[in-house]
Amino acid sequence: MTHQPIPLATELLLAFPFMAAFIIYITALAVSMKKDRDWPVYRTLFWSAGILLCLIPVAGPLAQLAHMDFRYHMTGHLLLGMLGPLLMVLGAPVKLLLRALPAAKAKTLTGILRSGTLAVLSNPAVTAGLNLGGLWVLYTTDLFRLMHESMLLHILIHLHIFLAGYLFTVSMIYIDPIPHRRSYVYRSIILIAALAAHGILSKYLYAYPPAGVPRDEAETGGMLMYYGGDAVDVVIVIILCWHWYRSTKPKTRNERTTYVSG
Amino acid sequence: MTPINSKQQFTYARRNFWSGILFGLGLVAFLDEMVFHQLLGWHHFYDKSTTEIGLLSDGLFHAFSWFATVGSLFMVADLRRRDAWWKKRWTGAVLIGLGFFNLYDGLVQHKLMRIHQIRYDTNNLLMYDIAWNVIAVVFLLAGIWIVHQTRKRLIESSL
Repeated sequence: MTHQPIPLATELLLAFPFMAAFIIYITALAVSMKKDRDWPVYRTLFWSAGILLCLIPVAGPLAQLAHMDFRYHMTGHLLLGMLGPLLMVLGAPVKLLLRALPAAKAKTLTGILRSGTLAVLSNPAVTAGLNLGGLWVLYTTDLFRLMHESMLLHILIHLHIFLAGYLFTVSMIYIDPIPHRRSYVYRSIILIAALAAHGILSKYLYAYPPAGVPRDEAETGGMLMYYGGDAVDVVIVIILCWHWYRSTKPKTRNERTTYVSG
Repeated sequence: MTPINSKQQFTYARRNFWSGILFGLGLVAFLDEMVFHQLLGWHHFYDKSTTEIGLLSDGLFHAFSWFATVGSLFMVADLRRRDAWWKKRWTGAVLIGLGFFNLYDGLVQHKLMRIHQIRYDTNNLLMYDIAWNVIAVVFLLAGIWIVHQTRKRLIESSL
């Protein structure tokens, strides 16, 4: 496939939300520190690394390469849709924002989090559908080819990949405050289903390249997606299981002794 | 020879069993990927004769076993902190999980669904198939035997 390079304006447009998110986070951090509230350094590092990994596939050399070559496209997909969002979620931005905002504004934010819309958008079944459904449509229909011709589609699809990846991660691991909580079993089942759909799509792409993608690029891309997806998802699995482990902690040693002897 | 079981082990007998099964499934899937796909290169990532149901089955099992490996080890950690890890029962269950998955992989996934064959550069695939499935059955039976022994102890304890 030969394509026109991505125009600078498109790159800037896609980079802007991430730059803004970084500046907001650092501002919130400064305000929170002024209130004498500690914030773990690793959270800021996670957030910054996540933003950086999301910027790489939307602007600069990798973005241009990804536009031409499916292997780079898939690398970008793993960064923008999986690893970047995961690191950003570990940055706990909502928690930080709630600390930095004045009480009234923080209350408004909590209200938004409690809203019906976010109840739907934090349901793992919905976020998995948005995430994997989006990928299936992108790679198995004409959409992938059209994305290379229309800059509007290019922008919308990249935003979707990021947002769907972020919401999916938020709905699986509760790092930030989340009012509509789902059980561990439910989240685990959806996570397994999503992982399976991701793996199956990778093998499908390996066998049936999207229109216009050469076979060898599709094969490498499919394998990248398969193993890369496993690598990122296992981190989500570990965090989910670790939270379960923490939550089922036996209450106290005394209680346990009573239980055994009783 | 007769280890004394704690009451906690009996209380958590089920969690020991299921944690072992899950770890067995996860371990065998991991070894399959590492040894046969990566190190030996016998298995192929994708085989053109794979059926659609085969692709689905492989995807679900792969995802499930990936999750199970991690989940089952957290279950072990949980059992240990409750002094409830029953090593013998757990090990037996691991063998059942291992044998069951290998048998399913060897008979249903390799043969019926034709995901991929054990090896491509051989004229004697049948021997590989037989060896594969016999080993699976041996693991399965050994696991059932061990779990059965712990079950007797469990029944005795509730008398």
